[in-house]
Amino acid sequence: MSTTHTSPTIGENPHPEAKPGAKPDPVAASGEQVFVTLSLADQLCGIPVLMVRDVLSAHTITRIPLAPAEIAGSLNLRGRIVTAIDLRRRLSLPPAGNGAKQMAVVTEQGGELYAFLVDQVAEVLSLRAEDFERNPPTLPAVWAHHSRGIYRLADRLMVVLDIARLLAFTQAA
Amino acid sequence: MDDLLVDFLTETNESLAELDVALVKLERQPNDHETLSLIFRLVHTIKGTCGFLGLPRLERVAHAGENVLGRLRDGKLVASSDIISLVLASLDRIKVILAGLAEKGAEPEGDDSALIAALDAACEGRASAPELSAPELSTPEISAPEPSAPEPTTPEPTTPEPGTPAPTVAEPAAEAPVAAKPGMEAPREGAEPAVAGQTIRVGVDVLEHLMTLVSELVLTRNQLLQLARSMENSAFTVPLQRLSHITTDLQEGVMKTRMQPIGNAWNKLPRLVRDLARELGKKIDLVMIGADTELDRQVLELIKDPLTHMVRNSADHGLETPDVRRAAGKPETGHITLNAFHEGGHIIIEITDDGRGLDLARIRAKVLAQGLASEAELAAMSENQVQRFIFHPGFSTAAAITAVSGRGVGMDVVKTNIERIGGTVDLKTMPGAGSTFTIKIPLTLAIVSALIVEAGGERFAIPQISVVELVRAGAEGSAKGDQPMIERINATPVLRLRDRLLPLVGLRDLLALGAGDGAAQAGGELYIVVAQVGSSLLGIIVDRVFDTEEIVVKPVAPILRHITMFSGNTILGDGSVIMILDPNGIARASGVGGGEQRKPPQEAADTVTSTASTAMLLFRCGDAAPKAVPLGLVARLEDIPRARIEISAGKTVTQYRGRLMPLVAFDGLSGEGESQPVLVFSDGAHSMGLMVDEIVDVVDEVLAIELGPQVPGVLGTAVIAGRATDVIDTDYWLRAAEEDWFRGSPRAEARAAPHVLIVEDSDFFRQLLVPALAAAGYRVTAAASAAEALKLRESGAKIDAIISDIVMPDMDGLGFARAIRAGGPWAALPMIALTGQVDPADVEAGREAGFTDYVGKFQRGALLESLRQCLAPAANLGATMGGAIDHATASWDGA
Repeated sequence: MSTTHTSPTIGENPHPEAKPGAKPDPVAASGEQVFVTLSLADQLCGIPVLMVRDVLSAHTITRIPLAPAEIAGSLNLRGRIVTAIDLRRRLSLPPAGNGAKQMAVVTEQGGELYAFLVDQVAEVLSLRAEDFERNPPTLPAVWAHHSRGIYRLADRLMVVLDIARLLAFTQAA
Repeated sequence: MDDLLVDFLTETNESLAELDVALVKLERQPNDHETLSLIFRLVHTIKGTCGFLGLPRLERVAHAGENVLGRLRDGKLVASSDIISLVLASLDRIKVILAGLAEKGAEPEGDDSALIAALDAACEGRASAPELSAPELSTPEISAPEPSAPEPTTPEPTTPEPGTPAPTVAEPAAEAPVAAKPGMEAPREGAEPAVAGQTIRVGVDVLEHLMTLVSELVLTRNQLLQLARSMENSAFTVPLQRLSHITTDLQEGVMKTRMQPIGNAWNKLPRLVRDLARELGKKIDLVMIGADTELDRQVLELIKDPLTHMVRNSADHGLETPDVRRAAGKPETGHITLNAFHEGGHIIIEITDDGRGLDLARIRAKVLAQGLASEAELAAMSENQVQRFIFHPGFSTAAAITAVSGRGVGMDVVKTNIERIGGTVDLKTMPGAGSTFTIKIPLTLAIVSALIVEAGGERFAIPQISVVELVRAGAEGSAKGDQPMIERINATPVLRLRDRLLPLVGLRDLLALGAGDGAAQAGGELYIVVAQVGSSLLGIIVDRVFDTEEIVVKPVAPILRHITMFSGNTILGDGSVIMILDPNGIARASGVGGGEQRKPPQEAADTVTSTASTAMLLFRCGDAAPKAVPLGLVARLEDIPRARIEISAGKTVTQYRGRLMPLVAFDGLSGEGESQPVLVFSDGAHSMGLMVDEIVDVVDEVLAIELGPQVPGVLGTAVIAGRATDVIDTDYWLRAAEEDWFRGSPRAEARAAPHVLIVEDSDFFRQLLVPALAAAGYRVTAAASAAEALKLRESGAKIDAIISDIVMPDMDGLGFARAIRAGGPWAALPMIALTGQVDPADVEAGREAGFTDYVGKFQRGALLESLRQCLAPAANLGATMGGAIDHATASWDGA
């Protein structure tokens, strides 16, 4: 198996700023990359662990009128305002069922915090570069645009999400 | 004195104080490497800065001292008390020189060679050197261990008298160090309060942190106050009151630490403008208003450069040379005015010049040349949009690149810098009269008090500063007694407020919030927040009003900045995030006092009934009055390169889609510029292009054409986008082109064209249909009512077909059809019903009443096809009325 489980408990840890098991340098010589994995409508996705500031469980989200549909609202993370993005909507997936508990992965870009709402945050995986592959050309446009590539895991595939592109909203007024 | 020098003095005095302590510590523990490094670093910094500032005497002393310290640090020398004394002596000399510097702004005269020689000797480890100076330096040695001790007791005045320190500075400098010693205390004491005593340098992050803490304190205080309010006669009330006052004072105090007058950013401008004026050979007067307007220090730093850029631009691009100004009838001296003031929680800075204004034509040409927009896009832009291209990276309209500006780096940097701090920059320009740039910067980091309201189940904050009053009003029909009531004009809510009509906007509708908890619909009470927006008032309807809270404005995430309705967001005392409404943005979005901004399309669609509004294309040609044409009648908009416009047989034509298309100039003149905007009208078979000066906009408007005195080619005048606009007659222009182009023969055809009568009560529809049918080659007569049409019949008008509306006042379409079929010369004419409602029952009713065909409104193609079918046989027969009647009857029978 090409993966090593470094922190299976991160899902339960609301403040993983001190990443318990994350290696000090995930882009180490071995070409290994460490990802926080998450599931979204049964698809496994990954975000590079260094981009993740926080993982949150259910939070009160204030709706923002007139905002793009993908923006779920804003939430208060220890005194900082975080813009929450509904990743399902962003990737044109059907909305999660009513009452489905969502989790959020907080990332930072340009000094601003953004929380991606996902179905479930799973373990942190360290993955080898050999298992990385470019997007298959047949991937639907919305996925192809927001994915940096695919990791072949033993039992399933993981899409590496491109945070910068996910946050690049065209300013449709 | 130079700012830099002041900073240097402040900094160096701090370092010196630190050095005294450290050196004494070193003497006690000669091997303390850390202390030694610190001392070395401090002296090194002083030396480096001296060199930078060009202070040779100070530099030499510091350098000699540093050398000794370097040897100490490297372990080549031992920090004996002799050597420490020597270093202390050099520090004292530095202080003397600094004192002189503070006094006069320049290094005092003096000879330091003895001291430097002693230091150098010590450095080389020569025993002779310390020996030489040992007797002299033993004096300070005594006082050295406790250099700070005498300071508090020194009876020197905190502010030195100008005369006193100067001689004492000069004297010891010239004499041997030992003699200087007693006197040296004086200038040192005197110098510090002069420069360093009044200000303390504090890191911005310390202030930032303090500000955050105060913000939190304010929020906590508010929560406490809220709790106390619910408990009467609590023992906490009085102390809490005091806490509240102190908190407020503290908040103001901390805010003040960050505020600086904007004049600080301006003080270099007069010099800049003066130099520019000389360099450019212009006469420029710089006027500065509101220099004491205070704003956040950080914001100030960030706008310093943009402001300088803009003033430079105004001087270089904006203002003309004296002879040009004289020729234009303006005073030789140009003015640049800087005006800063507070407005609604923002700081506005205006930079106005009375120069030539922006050259729109040149901007357009440049935009095209740089490929920033296509000609069609450009043609569709408003003037303001075109002007804003100057904020585009790499854009400059200066004809020549001067040393001052014209390289096209500047305005985009200005815009980026201002937007980075959440501000906006806008410009207004009047050709020949000058330009005004308006920078609007929000007071970020500021605590503002805000009114918390609720609409559609969501809470929002409205800055208290723009709230004028709160009105409790009843929904329509449910107001009790003399309670104000919301009334409606068409669908627009208004409120009578003290003999004035107050325009209202519903926050729920505006923010598309949906129904909410339904309290309002149930005829409950509504609250109206009367907000001041610029010079006008606007009422914002909300469901509920809570109380006011102090909030810390935080900017919204960049991906939400395009929503102009919000000026920021904040976290309330209870931890929830809420959006802060911007009354200015709301006013713009709802069209109150909002010049350029149009309504968002979805809103227009909601509030205006679709049958009554139509898309009109606005353009400009000939005189200043805007012209309009229903967009539906325009086949295409084209920008034809001037080179492709040809003159053939005296006619203007262009090759268009493989054919020649006649071009007609609206005012008979062809324009200038590289390309020609053209409206293409087409009747299927032929096209013609109407050359216009500029395509301005497309607007949705309810059209009410007032048929004025007939000008050829103009149907009449209507109010569109708030301006009287000529609505042009496409039929006239198509015919004009045909006459030009097809010479006679088509004309004869036109004369033989079937004559169609349109009966339609809506002015607009008549105006729409007449040109549409005329364009298709029919002769058209219009009647505004059935009665009018029947009058035409009586007068013996010859008609080939009738198109009639169904829903009309007095006699409706069905009645009219029956009246026609009942007898008279028109009894057998084909009749086409035109209606908004096409359902089988209606069609059946229409047929029974005598209509030949039934066509939905807006279906121009279907109408033309129906007409063609009704009339085609008649045309084929080339024939008389009788034939047409026969055939029309036949077609009716066959239907």
